[in-house]
Amino acid sequence: MTKMKESSHEEVMTTQMTMIQAINDGMRLLLKEDERTIILGEDIGKNGGVFRATEGLQEKFGADRVVDTPLAESGIIGTSIGLAVNGFRPIAEIQFLGFIYPAYEQIMTHVSRIRMRSMSRFTVPMVIRAPYGAGIRAPEIHSDSTETLFTHMPGIKVVCPSNPYDAKGLLIAAMEDPDPVLVLETMKNYRSQREEVPIGKYTVEIGKGNIVREGSDVTLIAWGAMIAIAEKAADQAEKKGISCEIIDLRTLYPIDRDMIAKSVQKTSRAVIIHEAHHTGGLGNDIVSIINDTSFLYLRAPIERVTGFDVPVPFFTLEEHYLPTPARVVEGIEKVVHF
Amino acid sequence: MEQNYPIKRIIDDKGILVDESYEQTINEELVKDLYYNMLRIRTYDRKSINLQRQGRLGTYAPFEGQEAAQVGSALALEENDWVFPTYRDHGATLTFGKSMTRTFLYWNGRVEGCVPPEGRNIFPPAVPIATQLPHAAGAAWAEKLRGTKNASIAYFGDGATSEGDFHEGLNFASVFKVPVVFFNQNNGYAISVPMEKQMNSKTIAQKSVAYGMPGVRIDGNDCLAVYFETKKAFDRARNGDGPTLIEAVTWRKGAHTTADDPSKYRPAEQGQHIVDPMERMELFMKNYGYWDEQWIEEMKEKTMNEVEEAVEEMENYPAPNVEDVFDHVYAVMPKQLAEQKESYLAHLERR
Ligand SMILES: Cc1ncc(C[n+]2csc(CCOP(=O)(O)OP(=O)(O)O)c2C)c(N)n1
Repeated sequence: MTKMKESSHEEVMTTQMTMIQAINDGMRLLLKEDERTIILGEDIGKNGGVFRATEGLQEKFGADRVVDTPLAESGIIGTSIGLAVNGFRPIAEIQFLGFIYPAYEQIMTHVSRIRMRSMSRFTVPMVIRAPYGAGIRAPEIHSDSTETLFTHMPGIKVVCPSNPYDAKGLLIAAMEDPDPVLVLETMKNYRSQREEVPIGKYTVEIGKGNIVREGSDVTLIAWGAMIAIAEKAADQAEKKGISCEIIDLRTLYPIDRDMIAKSVQKTSRAVIIHEAHHTGGLGNDIVSIINDTSFLYLRAPIERVTGFDVPVPFFTLEEHYLPTPARVVEGIEKVVHF
Repeated sequence: MEQNYPIKRIIDDKGILVDESYEQTINEELVKDLYYNMLRIRTYDRKSINLQRQGRLGTYAPFEGQEAAQVGSALALEENDWVFPTYRDHGATLTFGKSMTRTFLYWNGRVEGCVPPEGRNIFPPAVPIATQLPHAAGAAWAEKLRGTKNASIAYFGDGATSEGDFHEGLNFASVFKVPVVFFNQNNGYAISVPMEKQMNSKTIAQKSVAYGMPGVRIDGNDCLAVYFETKKAFDRARNGDGPTLIEAVTWRKGAHTTADDPSKYRPAEQGQHIVDPMERMELFMKNYGYWDEQWIEEMKEKTMNEVEEAVEEMENYPAPNVEDVFDHVYAVMPKQLAEQKESYLAHLERR
């Protein structure tokens, strides 16, 4: 355990955690501090979740608050709606984002619009957690990155932490939010790094990106597992004399337009990186944001380095689907040498 | 309700014939066929677990304990029937004629592993739970519309009964009275969730009542019972009498997958009393004079050789083709995808 300086006068106790530990710790705090918190999902109780995100929570808080549900995603989200409108604060776990589709109707037609349809008489403050993404040699269909199915859905917020600190802070912020929030957890980062994370409660503001590296020649915009790819690409570009600024978007809806605009107006170039499919990917929205806010600052067309318009391939070929540092470097060189 | 669905058995745990009506129908050829196929898929299954441990396969879903259910049902099929398996039913698909090499390839992250041999209607394993039940109903519907005698079978687990697609598949099948067999392997657990937490009904077979179709509960570790009851369900289907729900009560001896740790949720002694399906068949064969030591040894060697050859073929299989990432998504590749492919291949060239 160490002490971290949060601001000039406050010292915060921290400890080393992986992202999965940080998420577990966040949920433990939420269960402890608010008796309305209820966690539900498949294999999350006794088993502690297939990734161990809920490890030890049922033991500590009981089977009424950390609930193994039947195998039915529509049931999980549908009953979460009922729980939420009737006074509970559900955290619903979907085992993999690739298995959220049976619940799509509940999310699209109810989670996201009960507030609107009841003129705020009924609201569904709830969190849906879903591991997502490719690159861990998972069996087929476990690797989808379909965030835009949800950013396209008015009424729900979507966040996507890339590291332990943000994961815990965004989870707590999501629970404090009066509206439903989908938390996408990049499986590749669950155990890829440890960092100092505050022991107590803190939040990372929803809707705020994070500049993880400052630079002057080009802005790289990414989230989730693609942050590590952007960083590697930026290292390689630096050897070629190109200075990259990296924005970790952290929230996919609502997007931090100001941060994007400010950075692109400074660097006058942008490369967007996402592992989701190219067509209909969030990159398109980011291009529009830059177009709307910073068109006249641009010195090159914006590049997008993304997954292709194909289902995520089986794991022997998934590396050919995912953006690589090499592809990102090419994108960077293209905009710099335009 | 449970009393309405007694577990049907032909041989008991000690390998004694308990349903004498089968005395005449059971013959050496059938018994040996069932035993040989169980031996074959068990050899394959154990090899897969070993390969996974050595890093030569990806995450693998073992089926040890379910051999009787998978072999008995698969041998009850006719050549032109349709099979809709899950990720745990490669024992059934291997028995029905899927290539072993390709089955290994599937678990090695190769899409080639989804492709059945020409002339065999074996769907790629359903990974999203219960999605295959409506498919099986649809394929059976097509056979009915075409006026054939072909039927289809959907394999699924106890957990799958909780999904909406279970209901929709059974309901469509019974409304349109199509020739399909819904073959449930109740192996006790859906990952960590035991049956009694999955549902409040004591049996899965009883769910058939709601759909107005016959429901049969069988001892899934009794290969003969599985075989004959599945045959009966297919006879009904082929005669135009519609779908059947079969619950084969069995036991998943191992982990959910090689990435799973059952000690987290299941006491080690649970299920220990269940007589292994192969052991049970062995007892039966010994009791009734079918056991032939020399034949057994020959079959062991044969299956070992087949498995080793398939492993070798899998490991020497041509490297995955990058173009496959793009090529099988559409019949005619849309221009925008063709451009993505071209630009990616050019990128690889430059590197
Ligand atoms: C729609 C969906 N949700 C969740 C999963 C994750 N998952 C894979 S297997 C499994 C349990 C399935 O249990 P059961 O149907 O009993 O079959 P078994 O694995 O025991 O053969 C779960 C929850 C999935 N594959 N698909």
